Amino acid sequence: MKGAGTMKKNILMSPYGGLLLLTLILALMPLAVSNDFHYDLLTKICLTATVAVGLNLLVGYAGQVSLGHAAFYGAGAYASAILTSQYNLSPMVALLSAAAGVGVLAWLVGRPILHLKGHYLSMATLGLGVIAAIVLNNEEQLTGGPDGIGLPPLSLFGHELSVFGEYQFAGLTLTGVELWYLLAAAVLVVAVLLALNIIDSPLGRALRALHGSEIAAQVAGVDTAKYKLRVFVISAVYASVAGSLYGHYSGFITPTVASFEHSIELITIVVLGGMASTFGVIIGAAILVLIPQFLTDFQELEMVVFGAILMAVMIFLPRGLLPSVLQRLQRGAQ
Amino acid sequence: MSALLSVTNLSKEFGGVHAIEALSFDVQRGHVHSIIGPNGAGKTTLFNLVTGLYQPSAGTVTLGGRDITGRAPHKLCEMGMARTFQNLQICMNMSALENVMLGRHRHLGSGALAAMLKLPGLRKADRDCREHCRELMAFVGCGDYQDHAASAMPYGALKRLEIARALAAEPDILLLDEPAAGLNATETDALRSVIQKIAGKGITVVLVEHDMKLVMKVSDHLLVISYGRKLAEGTPEEIREHPEVIAAYLGGGTREPRTQEVPA
Repeated sequence: MKGAGTMKKNILMSPYGGLLLLTLILALMPLAVSNDFHYDLLTKICLTATVAVGLNLLVGYAGQVSLGHAAFYGAGAYASAILTSQYNLSPMVALLSAAAGVGVLAWLVGRPILHLKGHYLSMATLGLGVIAAIVLNNEEQLTGGPDGIGLPPLSLFGHELSVFGEYQFAGLTLTGVELWYLLAAAVLVVAVLLALNIIDSPLGRALRALHGSEIAAQVAGVDTAKYKLRVFVISAVYASVAGSLYGHYSGFITPTVASFEHSIELITIVVLGGMASTFGVIIGAAILVLIPQFLTDFQELEMVVFGAILMAVMIFLPRGLLPSVLQRLQRGAQ
Repeated sequence: MSALLSVTNLSKEFGGVHAIEALSFDVQRGHVHSIIGPNGAGKTTLFNLVTGLYQPSAGTVTLGGRDITGRAPHKLCEMGMARTFQNLQICMNMSALENVMLGRHRHLGSGALAAMLKLPGLRKADRDCREHCRELMAFVGCGDYQDHAASAMPYGALKRLEIARALAAEPDILLLDEPAAGLNATETDALRSVIQKIAGKGITVVLVEHDMKLVMKVSDHLLVISYGRKLAEGTPEEIREHPEVIAAYLGGGTREPRTQEVPA
């Protein structure tokens, strides 16, 4: 009986070992890449992974499917854009205000819709995403409409961080692109650390219980409505922060950041990488950011390829990439 | 002695079918109080009404003198009520130990910020909780499975795991829904001693069970229901001799045949 079901603690399986490995990989990445284009991709992977880690708390761990999460990403990006360019707030103040605002928004929206279960919740969040895209497209005075809106470079502690700049650190010269990568990597590491802490806590157990058996959670004293709302808000704040950073990084955003396609991309990342696998969704994010690079000649096929990947994963690796691979490795080791 | 749980004129209808009809009874503090009756008598429905999973059509339930009729399950848990399920409610996406730790939810701080930052107070409370839950698993007799995934455990162990989870809440009253169903004779014997040990800790136990040998051995008081109504009430000795109970179980002709339809 011992063996098959025993959860062995090896370094890869232990979450904080995984965090160490992730930090190491991210820190060594600059040795493997040479040009700005690679750094650009890495930065995008880190920011996308940050959203996915937050969304995974909601979808993978708590089992509540959101098909409109790009709305919160877009809300964060646009709030930063509007607060910095029209209200002259500093980017960091704008980012934090945006995160707080999006948190309140998620709380207000979540209260009525999180009473829904399964497909009904998915449909409601889908509607939320569609509304967000419509608002961003039509409120031209505020958002610039379909043409988009510009953002100033990020500034940290009074220092501007522009992708076009060059910076001196203790004799080292770093380009803005390299610095941005380091910032995005640091944000991802913090995002993962906070997520791991949540999962390994009474709050995390309550969230996983929502997925495992809502009735068990209820009779064990978990106020299920309150906890669903809580994880919804947490995952929305993750998306908002990543959205704000992406806005400053790219310097210009359009309503596509909040589009339905983007929401689907985010949920694909979670399912592909592995539901309830924090490190799996980072791999999922990397794959989904990289795929379009290999398909530049067939851009119109992008969605088709996404769809095909999603179907293949559901059929052959229903638990997602990383959990399935780890399971096989574990079986092989025995 | 005072009544811990009082059920008064409780009724539940499902689309015209009276699953529970004007049922009243008291559970004395510290007793093992068993509820027996033929299949479809409404025992599980009664549990679901008392524990807040169903809303009653009429009647009241009080716990320690406070009206708890129709209160949400998580609120009842905070008031000291815990239960298990006939068809298990186990979180298969969690480890066995984590399932038990879930049961201690009401005793742990669950603030989001404290969780994110892993504040020392929470970390210590969680470590103590882990130790306590290991002991509970050993207490109910599934200590061998502490580090197993719940999904890798056999049925009999899962039944005990549910009892451990319920005990983790440190309840005043514990409702067990057919804990012996599907267990073999040895396992049932072990279960009997677990129930007696729980009662020995001063926890009031309400037991729904078909295994008469077990029921007669552990119970202080019995309630017999049939078609959602009270048939008889009393000590195990009184119930054993009760003509109506014998008739209901053995199908004797002492009662008029009922015209009521079987609940769907």
